This record gives sequence, structure tokens and C-alpha cells, in this order.
Amino acid sequence: MAAADTAERGIVSAHDRRRPAVRATLGVLQGGLLAGLLLVGLGPILWLAKAAVTPTQDTLRNPLALFPNGVDWANLVTAWTRAEIDHFFLNTLIVAAGAWFFQLLVATTGGYVLSVLRPRYGGIILGLVLATLFVPSVVLLVPLYLTILDVPLAHISLLNTFWAVWLPMAASAFNVLIVKRFFDSLPREVFEAARVDGAGPFRLLWSVVLPMSKPILGVVSVFAVIAAWKDYLWPMLVLPDPENQPLSVRLPAIAPYLELDVFLAALAISTVLPVALFLAFQRLFLSGAGLGGAVKG
Amino acid sequence: MTTLTGPVRATTAATPPSSPPTRRRARRTPAGWLRDGGLSTLVIALPMILVFGVFSWFPIGRALIMSVQQTNLVTAPEFVGLENFAFVLSDPLLGKAVANTLWFALLALVFGYPVPLAAAVLMSEVKRMRGLYSALAYLPVVVPPVVAVLLWKFFYDASPTGVFNVVAGWFGLGPFPWLQDATSAMPSLVLEATWAAAGGTVIIYLAALVGVRTELYEAAEVDGAGVWRKIWHVTLPQLRGVLFITLILQVIGTSQVFLEPFLFTGGGPNNATLTILMLIYDYAFGSSLGGNYGAATALSLMLAGVLAVLSAIYFRVTRPWSS
Repeated sequence: MAAADTAERGIVSAHDRRRPAVRATLGVLQGGLLAGLLLVGLGPILWLAKAAVTPTQDTLRNPLALFPNGVDWANLVTAWTRAEIDHFFLNTLIVAAGAWFFQLLVATTGGYVLSVLRPRYGGIILGLVLATLFVPSVVLLVPLYLTILDVPLAHISLLNTFWAVWLPMAASAFNVLIVKRFFDSLPREVFEAARVDGAGPFRLLWSVVLPMSKPILGVVSVFAVIAAWKDYLWPMLVLPDPENQPLSVRLPAIAPYLELDVFLAALAISTVLPVALFLAFQRLFLSGAGLGGAVKG
Repeated sequence: MTTLTGPVRATTAATPPSSPPTRRRARRTPAGWLRDGGLSTLVIALPMILVFGVFSWFPIGRALIMSVQQTNLVTAPEFVGLENFAFVLSDPLLGKAVANTLWFALLALVFGYPVPLAAAVLMSEVKRMRGLYSALAYLPVVVPPVVAVLLWKFFYDASPTGVFNVVAGWFGLGPFPWLQDATSAMPSLVLEATWAAAGGTVIIYLAALVGVRTELYEAAEVDGAGVWRKIWHVTLPQLRGVLFITLILQVIGTSQVFLEPFLFTGGGPNNATLTILMLIYDYAFGSSLGGNYGAATALSLMLAGVLAVLSAIYFRVTRPWSS
């Protein structure tokens, strides 16, 4: 009845939408918005794609012309091999893969303990995890750096190792909480049935809970990879050796030593994977899942 | 998926098949704990406890201690009372950094708060290809921030053949010095930061707009309201909660801005873009100052304290309106 009718409508009523004047105004506004979004959202990225295969002199003299003197595909090859972008790309992949693995490990086991196993100390841990959400990351910067230099108990330095990036990223309260919330919504009867059938806590997690949780694992995975790809300040601090640095850290450092066209090609190469991930998992990004469940409520 | 009725779920969740938990907990022994799988639970909890313990809880506690210590990694840390705080508060650069950060936050609100809202409201009225609109709006968010800054740095080239100066030239303006000038540097930084972040806000607003109760539009129409009055009296009031939250989140985020001033200008020209987080970085890791971990921690705690007090006041003040 009315619900089906009103669900489709927006601010402008269906009746008004049929009026030519309203239609024209809406069309102009929305066309203008689309043009603006194309220019602002897509424009710089397309420009980068163009500049990546344009000779330096053309980009400098006439930055907005489209290939006045032809296309220079060799830029991409030069950036990939001579500027060693391949090496830093691999480092970025290693950083992202490790960050993905440890974030998933901590979020799933942590969420499982807090939501399903619920030991007596669970409440305290949940409180402590929640509390870290209220501490701005700037407070952690220096003490976490000193912790990396001398890890408590183990007394080893993680400086210049990928562990220094992976493990702090895994301590994400946000991940633990969204996974816990998802586990909370799973039907308890299935867990009980599995227990009756003799499944222990490890088996229950691996064979029952995780297979039922693919949607949330997907969300955590994609955002873990994107976050690792974006991070700059932290990897710059704990990976001072260029040999281990990811693209985000290396690009500003090599900028002064590269020819402009090669540098822009390097920037373009660094952008391809995140944009491809976005296009492949659009729904995930645009549903607002990673932007904080708190905001939606 | 199994679908079960409410009452069944409620009873199974409340009472596990074994004996009532309260009883057992009252007289629990280590052996009983082990038999109940307490050990495997602890093993499964271990990654979380270790990672959070070492890389979150321990450093947070350490921040509190370090702020009242002189730490230089060579000699043993020494208790110095509030000396670090006094040092930071008497630093002539602090006032500059605070003013710059406030200026950045204010500009970010002016540039970045109304535009995503207007775009989202307009996008919610789009009938066809709405996905295309939101994908375009979100695209800058997935560009790696470092790439975005380096690309925009090239766009901001001060010569007449710089990308933005060419565009300005079409309208008979410029060339502008953008990043090289103390007055235009900060707005240039904010413009890029807004470009990079606005898409996320648009998506949040779009999600919130789905929840707007549309039957109120009909009621407003019956009362003769036009489009603007419908937006002002029906749409925006229902977005209040989200609008309040995005505002404070944006302020908290922009008060910790680092990447843009660090990579665009390095805090220059003449400290015109030196922000609080850049000052913290300079205290701890800068080449000229550097190694003053106590001062860096003291300043970061003061920033966190101010933000906490600000958010507490903000939520108290906005609570009557936000639901």
C-alpha cells in the first residue's frame, strides 16, 4: 500500500516530476552535478593516466593538451624497471598481504572469543578494546615507535622489519568490534548443534563460524588492503631502509631524482591496484560498511 | 540458512545445555577451568591479547609515563615532572602550530562540509545511474593519499604553464603562486584534502538519506511547502544526528592533519603550514630538533585532552537536538 508508494519517492513528488519545468530544472541540476563529478572525480585520474604516457616536455609546456607529440609507452617500462617501482610495488604487496593476514587473524579470533566463547575475562577485554577507540592515533605515535625499537618481554627491535607495520595495524578495535557484532547476529543453535556433534572451539571457529561469515571477512579484507596501501607516516618511521619501503613512502623520496614523465608514470602505476579494487568491490565501498557502523545508526 | 522462531532462539541463548553458568562459576577450580575448554579459549584469545597488549594498551600507558620523563634512548629515563609540558607551552612555535591547525580545520569545514551535503541531497533525487554518481564521487578517496598529494603538487606548479594556472588563465586570472605564498598555501592544502575526503562524507550522507521518512514530504506538500522548505524542514532535520557526528569527526580528523603539510610544503613557507602534528613529528623525529620524545608525547596528550573535552562538550550541547 502506501509504503510501496512512498519508498520510491524523494523530495520531489512523482506528480511534480511530471511537470516540464520541474523536469527541466532537475535535469539541468543533475546534468551539472554529473559533469562536475566527472571533472573533479575522474578528471585528475584521467590526467594522470594521460601524463604517464606523455613525454616530459609536452607535459611541462602544455599540460592539458592530449598527446601533441604522440604517446610514449616507454615511460611505464622505465618507471617499472629503472626507477625500481617493481621492487617497491612488491614491498607494498608484502605490507598489504601481512596487514591483511594479521588483521583477519586478530579480528576473527578476537571477535569469536568475545561473541561466542565469552570467557569470564571477556568483559574486561572488550572494555579495553573499546577504550582504544577513544584514543587518537597521534597519542600512540611516539610510544609505539619506541615499543618497536624495544618490544617489551621479547626485547628485540622490529625496526626495518615488516612486523613493525603488520602487528600495530592488527590492533584495530574497529575490526574486532564489527566482526564481533557480525558473530553476535549468527544463530546460536548452529553452534550448539556443532558442539553436540563434538566440535571443539577451534573446529567450531574454522568449520562453522568462519564459513558463515564471508561477508564480514570480505569487508575487513578489502579495507585492510586499502589501509595498508594508503599508510605513509608509520611505514616511513619504522622502515627507514629504502630496501623495505612501500610505494607510498618511496614515491616522495624518489621524486627529485626522476624525470617528470617517469615519475608521473610511477604515480599512475601506484594508483592502478586500489582503483581496480574499488571498481571490483564498489558495492562494499559505497554501502558505507567501512565508514563506521556508528555513523549509520 | 536456518530460520528459527524468536522464542526458541531466546531460550537457547539464555541457557546453555550444560548446567547453569552462575553455579559453576561460583566454585570453579583450575582443573574445572581446563576441562571446560578454558585453555583453548585463552589460546584463541591470545592473538588479540598479545597484539593489543603490546601495540596498543602498553604504548598508551607508556605515553602517560613518558610525558613526565626525559627519554633519550641512551641513558635511563628520568622523572622530570611537568617540565615537558612547560617546554611545549613555552615553545614560540606552538602558538603558530595551533593557529595554523585551527585555520586548516576552519577552512576544511567551509570547503568540505556544505558541498558533500548538497551533492548527496541532489544525488538522492537521481533516478537513473545513481551508482555512477556515487562511484565518481568516491573515486578520489581510493587514490593513495601520497599519490594524490604528489599529483596535486604538480597541479599547483606556480609557473604560468602549471595545470591550475593554465585553467585560471582561461578566465583571465593568475598565475597564482599557490603553495609558495604564505597566504594561499593553506587554502591550497585544504582544497586537496577536501578533494581527497569529500567522497566518503557523500556516501555517509547518501546512506543516511535512505532512512529519511518520506511520508513527511507528503505532509509538507499538503501544507503547501516547496522544494526548499521540504529540504529545510523535512530532510535536514532528519539528518541532524549524522550531520552532528560528521562535523565532530571532521574536526577531530583535521586537527591531526599531517600528510598534506608534510609533503606539500614541509610546514613552510615561513611556518605558514606548520600544524600541531608536524610539530610533534619535529620534536620526536625532526632533523634539527629531534629526539625530544617527552615533549612530543606531552604535546600529543594535550591535543588528545583538548579533543576529548571538546567532544564531550559538543555531545552534551548537541544531544537535545540530535535525536
